[in-house]
Amino acid sequence: MLSIEPSRRELNGAGDVSDVALEQQASRSDIMDRTRVLARIALVDRVFHQMTRAAAVVVLIILGGVIVSLVHGSWPAMQAYGFGFLTSQAWNPVTENFGAAAAIYGTLVTSIIAMAIAVPVGLGVATFLTELCPYALRRPIGVAIELLAGIPSIIYGIWGLFVLAPFLQSHVQPALISAFGDIPFFSSLFAGPPYGIGVLTAGFILAIMVLPFIASISRDVFETVPPVLKEAAWGIGATTWEVMRYVVVPYTRVGVIGGMMLGLGRALGETMAVTFVIGNAHRISSSLLAPGTTISATIANEFTEAVGDLYTSALIELGLILFVITFFVLALARYMLMRIEQKSA
Amino acid sequence: MSLYASRRGANAMATTLCWVAAVFGLSWLLLILGSLVYEGVRGLSPAVFTEMTPPPGSKGGLLNAIAGSLVMTSIGVAIGTPLGMLAGTYMAEYGRYSKLTMIVRFINDILLSAPSIVIGLFVYEILVHPMGHFSAISGAVALALLVVPVVVRTTEDMLLLVPGSMREAASALGAPRAHVVGKVAYRAAKAGLITGVLLAVARVSGETAPLLFTALNNQFWSSDLTAPMASLPVVIFQFALSPYKDWQQLAWTGALLITVAVLALSIAARALSAGRRNSK
Repeated sequence: MLSIEPSRRELNGAGDVSDVALEQQASRSDIMDRTRVLARIALVDRVFHQMTRAAAVVVLIILGGVIVSLVHGSWPAMQAYGFGFLTSQAWNPVTENFGAAAAIYGTLVTSIIAMAIAVPVGLGVATFLTELCPYALRRPIGVAIELLAGIPSIIYGIWGLFVLAPFLQSHVQPALISAFGDIPFFSSLFAGPPYGIGVLTAGFILAIMVLPFIASISRDVFETVPPVLKEAAWGIGATTWEVMRYVVVPYTRVGVIGGMMLGLGRALGETMAVTFVIGNAHRISSSLLAPGTTISATIANEFTEAVGDLYTSALIELGLILFVITFFVLALARYMLMRIEQKSA
Repeated sequence: MSLYASRRGANAMATTLCWVAAVFGLSWLLLILGSLVYEGVRGLSPAVFTEMTPPPGSKGGLLNAIAGSLVMTSIGVAIGTPLGMLAGTYMAEYGRYSKLTMIVRFINDILLSAPSIVIGLFVYEILVHPMGHFSAISGAVALALLVVPVVVRTTEDMLLLVPGSMREAASALGAPRAHVVGKVAYRAAKAGLITGVLLAVARVSGETAPLLFTALNNQFWSSDLTAPMASLPVVIFQFALSPYKDWQQLAWTGALLITVAVLALSIAARALSAGRRNSK
């Protein structure tokens, strides 16, 4: 914390506003003045207390406001389409016929692809950082990963559009198509022309984006394991892998899952990284190479151009659905992370 | 194969996979930064900072977008920081063990990672729709709503690190509670609080989604807060998706500028809190 020197100075500073000042005033004038000053201080105190309390309540109001305003905004669409909105694939602004199924499907599929790549790699990176990496490199690499977790998603999007998508289109996707062409299930998964942009590309970009996030949270969680536990395992001759598998992972399971859910929450709600490379096509295609859309990409692409109240309302309802999904994922994640914090405390 | 050999084999395989994962993961990230610098630096010129965003086919810069980003981020931080600091103060100083604090902490953590596009929709509903048009001020409010959770979180964390004995000492001298908080706790946690604000700035300066339908975009210079205003991320979004080579080049350059700014802010924040830790 602070050295003794400045803290003593600060205490003196606090003292001369109240005590010293009070005493001087009291000696100068009568007792009435003193009570008046005390009353003023008490008032300042109370006002400050209530201000901070009000600010804390405002945080709750923000969340409540988000929910209320989204429900209010999507009310016309809810009335027009009811629960069919969730299952309908239609998206036709001209006839004002909207359904969320394609967008929900795209959101889920891209997030699943992202997690399928980012979770194993992220855990690998975290293990590398806590167990294998030479000591001199641990801090620099750890810091670099944390910094990368803060890079705005639009950077990943623009890179995906100009670098990754053309590369996938010319090199990876044709290979996938020909490799899986004759295998029953996979041939439909990797069917169609290689557009470059599409569900698979979007999932991959998301994976790269949440990777530093998952890696740095998992590393933090792994570091909560008391060294004694690991040393005991090493002491009876366990290998690094066995220490990870039978000591670190069981001890941190809840926290690691919480970290993954946090990453999933990010992937589900991510807008810019996906919007660039998804292709914005409102249909559910069995092929991962086909263009699709996600909830957030649909809103980002169409909201400003939406004509008519029903169109806007349908987009806001999409936002509401996204918010509800991420709310539950994040709430679960926080609950799990809270449990590991209590454990380590 | 003996048990010993199979255990060794499993260990070798697992550690190799971890190495592979680390190299795989880090190389993608390096690749992104590499191509960002390569593409961005090519378009870097004084004109980027002195000229307006051009119509397709002609030369120009990003001046109005950079200015718009600065204006909206400043206003957003100016609104969000006091609110977040006060809320964080309540949680750490006044109601440390109260039920309200527990709820606010939970809700705040959710807001911290809630999809930013939803915040954009919220501000559209409460500001843009009633006003009838897009405006810079609603963009700033959207950013402020993203600043609040970051500042709340860091303020609470940093104030909790201040030893209780310092507060007790101040109280023992007769300092009123507000003075204990303002003159002792805030000062002791100053570096941490500034770190929080820097992190919040870094977080919002690259945000695109909440600006798309609040501040919209503006091809020209604008200092009118009630009119649409350009911002760097939205211009990047628009230019990158355009078919024009000039625009795409400007998008890369803008992306480089944002990344450099965000990295600089995060490193500054890190240096500040590290300096604090060393003076322990």
